[in-house]
Amino acid sequence: MPASQPVIDTSPKVSDEVRKTTCYMCACRCGINVHMKDGKVAYIEGNRDHPVNRGVLCAKGSAGIMQHNAPSRLRAPLRRVGPRGSGEFEEISWDEALETAVPWLKPLRDTAPEKLAFFTGRDQSQSFTSFWAQNYGTPNYAAHGGFCSVNMATAGIYTMGGAFWEFGAPDWEHTKLFMIFGVAEDHDSNPIKMGIGKIKARGAKVIGVNPIRTGYNAVADEWVGITPGTDGLFILALVHELLKAGKIDLDYLACFTNAPVILNGDPKSPEHGLFLRDDDGKPQVIDRKTGKLVPFDTPGVQPDLTGHFRHAGITHRSVMHLIAERYLDPQYAPEAVAERCGIPADRIRQTAAEIARVAFDEAIEIDQPWTDFRGDTHAKMIGRPVSFHAMRGISAHSNGFQTCRALHVLQILLGSVETPGGFRFKPPYPKPATVHPKPHCKVTPGAPLDGPHLGFVHGPDDLCLTDEGTPARIDKAFTWENPMSAHGLMHMVISNAHAGDPYKIDTLFLYMANMAWNSSMNTRGVMEMLTDTDENGDYVIPHIIYSDAYSSEMVAYADLILPDTTYLERHDCISLLDRPICEPDAAADAIRWPVVEPDRDVRGFQSVLCDLGARLDLPGFVNDDGSQKYADYADYITNHIRKPGIGPLAGWRMGESGLTHGRGEVNEGQLDSYIQNGGFFVSHVPEAAGYYKPWNSAYQDWAVEMGFYDAPQPYLFQLYVEPLRKFQLAAEGHGERQPPDHLRERIKTVMEPLPIWYAPFEDGHVDPAEYPVHALTQRPMAMYHSWGSQNAWLRQLHGHNPLYLPTKLMRENGLRDGDWARVSSAHGAITVPVMEMAALNENTVWTWNAIGKRKGAWALEEGAPEATKGFLLNHLIHELLPPKGDGLRWANSDPITGQAAWFDLRVKIEKSAAPAESQPAFDALTSPVGKGPATLTWKVST
Amino acid sequence: MTQLPTSTERKLGLVIDLDTCVGCHACVISCKGWNTENYGAPLSDQDPYGADPSGTFLNRVHSYEVQPLATSAMPHPAAQLIHFPKSCLHCEDAPCVTVCPTGASYKRVEDGIVLVNESDCIGCGLCAWACPYGARELDQAEGVMKKCTLCVDRIYNENLPEEDREPACVRTCPAGARHFGDLGDPDSAVSQLVAERGGMDLMPEQGTKPVNKYLPPRPKDAWQGQTDVLAPYLEPVAEEPRGFLGWLDKTLEKL
Repeated sequence: MPASQPVIDTSPKVSDEVRKTTCYMCACRCGINVHMKDGKVAYIEGNRDHPVNRGVLCAKGSAGIMQHNAPSRLRAPLRRVGPRGSGEFEEISWDEALETAVPWLKPLRDTAPEKLAFFTGRDQSQSFTSFWAQNYGTPNYAAHGGFCSVNMATAGIYTMGGAFWEFGAPDWEHTKLFMIFGVAEDHDSNPIKMGIGKIKARGAKVIGVNPIRTGYNAVADEWVGITPGTDGLFILALVHELLKAGKIDLDYLACFTNAPVILNGDPKSPEHGLFLRDDDGKPQVIDRKTGKLVPFDTPGVQPDLTGHFRHAGITHRSVMHLIAERYLDPQYAPEAVAERCGIPADRIRQTAAEIARVAFDEAIEIDQPWTDFRGDTHAKMIGRPVSFHAMRGISAHSNGFQTCRALHVLQILLGSVETPGGFRFKPPYPKPATVHPKPHCKVTPGAPLDGPHLGFVHGPDDLCLTDEGTPARIDKAFTWENPMSAHGLMHMVISNAHAGDPYKIDTLFLYMANMAWNSSMNTRGVMEMLTDTDENGDYVIPHIIYSDAYSSEMVAYADLILPDTTYLERHDCISLLDRPICEPDAAADAIRWPVVEPDRDVRGFQSVLCDLGARLDLPGFVNDDGSQKYADYADYITNHIRKPGIGPLAGWRMGESGLTHGRGEVNEGQLDSYIQNGGFFVSHVPEAAGYYKPWNSAYQDWAVEMGFYDAPQPYLFQLYVEPLRKFQLAAEGHGERQPPDHLRERIKTVMEPLPIWYAPFEDGHVDPAEYPVHALTQRPMAMYHSWGSQNAWLRQLHGHNPLYLPTKLMRENGLRDGDWARVSSAHGAITVPVMEMAALNENTVWTWNAIGKRKGAWALEEGAPEATKGFLLNHLIHELLPPKGDGLRWANSDPITGQAAWFDLRVKIEKSAAPAESQPAFDALTSPVGKGPATLTWKVST
Repeated sequence: MTQLPTSTERKLGLVIDLDTCVGCHACVISCKGWNTENYGAPLSDQDPYGADPSGTFLNRVHSYEVQPLATSAMPHPAAQLIHFPKSCLHCEDAPCVTVCPTGASYKRVEDGIVLVNESDCIGCGLCAWACPYGARELDQAEGVMKKCTLCVDRIYNENLPEEDREPACVRTCPAGARHFGDLGDPDSAVSQLVAERGGMDLMPEQGTKPVNKYLPPRPKDAWQGQTDVLAPYLEPVAEEPRGFLGWLDKTLEKL
């Protein structure tokens, strides 16, 4: 009745104040506007000015208010009073907590610092936590990259000085064909969605390669439902087709890659397969103009792709010769790979043709002159508008490193990296592997470690081995078993510590890592290791300290709990020294700051480390007079100097004549400047420096000015990765440091300096006929990389997780939606509810990861569907492969980087009677925080 | 019974792009956040940490698997997954309004937004029963009917910057799959988008004349073993490494 239409207030007050900080609901680190009413958090939305998310925000970000107020928040430091794993604790004061930790940690530092293993999980302060660990002096530090996506990061950095996700992004403005491999969701979750939306709006094409068609693959114009673990083979078949047709960017390959670099061709030489270098150690090429061997960066040189050099009866040839020989081999022809990949040969040909057409027939030019590192000036920037992106689907396999390498080689052969329309780096990347630190492991009791823990090895000499040749680190990172384990192997820490192999430890110190549940392979086994006792009745791992903001499953397995704040109650810096938030056109960093004060007796973990560091007299954490150096993390962020002029934050530093950016002295008001600017700092890449960054003088000069490196660092893309060859040479018997005999053949096979494909290791350890089905996990977009699946709003989206089966397997097993199936692997079995999905590779099953919860955790009721119907595939996966009769146990990891090979898993499926709840079921934990309320009516204003 | 206006001055509504929606639920939770804190009673949650959590949402995303029919050109089409966000469509002939016994449900004359005046709502549920789309939810804590308001307290709100005067779901959508505007104005950006992309009514046979429109997914998986006329298979320059290197040498000579 229009006449009586009510009058409503369409301009109500929105909030008293907007406080701008950085989201922490996942790894994306978007800018958020926190609307405050009556001093409370009323509403969270995206910050339109922020370089990462430009105002948009995902489901996790908008649900932050439920995370911040979750009933599972820890309230005070806890000391275990029941047996480990029971969840029985008493609340203690912070002084008691820290004075419990000091007598454990101080004697260790003075005698055997390696007996502290300090591992952080979803840590966004790694440059700080690693600094603490380095000053403590233990070699045993890493974050969670080893079980996340180290293959992706490492393959990218060795090949081209950066990888996907926070290292770079497709050129969304210009790309015309976007191809994704193994992407369910990404660290860069909002930018990927924004980019896909943008390119689809202008009609660019998206091809999704993934056994599972959800999310981005669901909106892809074409879906390639590949067999898990075969992406590398598919990619090398594309390389085969492109090479055979001559559809590669010859100019780019000659000028900017090591394709023309000459390799030592003498099979008897200890340097066989290494670069021919000049007296300064520079790799050499043949100059087409003179036919002479010259360093690659000689001004005016025209590197000869087909160069060869004959000396003393030996012919030394360019990398390009090896590329042609390897990839034109019929083993990579479409027909040869089609069945294994589950992709018809014609479709592989068609895909190669489409890539070639867009890259070369639709090439783009930008009228932007630029000068390269050899001094040559180019009138235009030429673009190959094909871009690629990949994620855990290709990297979490035992062949993941080489598969990621293969993808990078493909995009480099096309000339589409760092060119318009292709893949672009985000400052401070690109940064070649040689500019990164090497790993350090030299322990001196009572003193800091000799350098940063994690880094990039360039040959056997850089491995972390003791004088006796045994692993220096508890996780056996940087050893012959996994030489290039640049992120460490967090998933091996507990099993190695329990086994005392390579040595026993005293204290396990973890931060934000749910190792007693979804972050471990072999979950039940890990719980047993954490609670196991020796002949004296003492725990095999004597002390466990854990910091978390929430009552996660891991809490129950620690002796001492240091309760962290929520992300709205804390200081943080998203630093250029760490994993920053830059975009291809801008360097950026950001902060978090307490938009509300905690209402519990909790402290930001990094502030606690400042205090604990001082109590332990760690250099870097005490002043000359022995007093505490940093009052808290905010003090550290402002006042810490990593090297002259460089601190954790690059914005608003103190210059000679006022505030400056990049290099500069400490500014006591720096955090206030960040807060006034919306919580972030951004500095735009100069126009002439936007592309060709590794070789572009304008970019290199800007990078030095910003402090990313101290002198220009131009380099060639490494199609051929020489450090891999050095490990092969060692396995062939060259050099002082020699691998153990049982690893020689494997090192020779897998550490190929040009990408190869080999079958996932599990295929060789379990019978593919007995276990014919591939089993995968994905995390849903609304929970990806989130610490918050107990969130009241998000759990209504994904409260339990069926196992999705393809139509064929449903029919073969007589299953209908809601039935239960027993799923077994060589390691274990689970019994879980199933659901049919047609848009799925016909030999693959999958489920949402980390929905399943243990009863009693996360302040959920014991009947919560997460605990009764939810489940983990982790129970089916062991950190070691099953024995294969050679008397050895091989790690279930990539043999190059040690990345956990979660996705190699093979299973068999049988229909099962419905159990009362998903199996295995575990006893309920005692909740240290009680349970949540029965109803929520969450309105902060009255 | 409540009357609908004979016409409205504008027809504000949403255009949702099913070709681009990745099913991330950002719109669902942003809506939940805004509308819990703002217009009317908060959107409550029952058993939020328990065995059967169930809350009020004004916008939900459903996912449907679609198996395209086989054709001679496409004998084995791959199954597809379509993400389908659903909220009130602000129908011109809104049966939820005409069924309301108290006049609590009404359609605004100035912009066509369908609203519930919570103080007049008796929670009888007739409107939810009448809505063919299942777009209304009775809030269990407050006992009143909740539905999409098109963020009526945002779109005119002078306390918000002008660029933020759009529904929360539109502002937050990362993929840009949600558009807001006047579908009664043929020149508006949303009307043009509907015209270009063949925007559709949801269940037009219900006769509700929904204002919101859906842009259908574009055809997918064109590859079917056929050679694309735009991209015939690549012509080899060589079959083996020696021939390839010879071609490479000749090509480099020409550069």
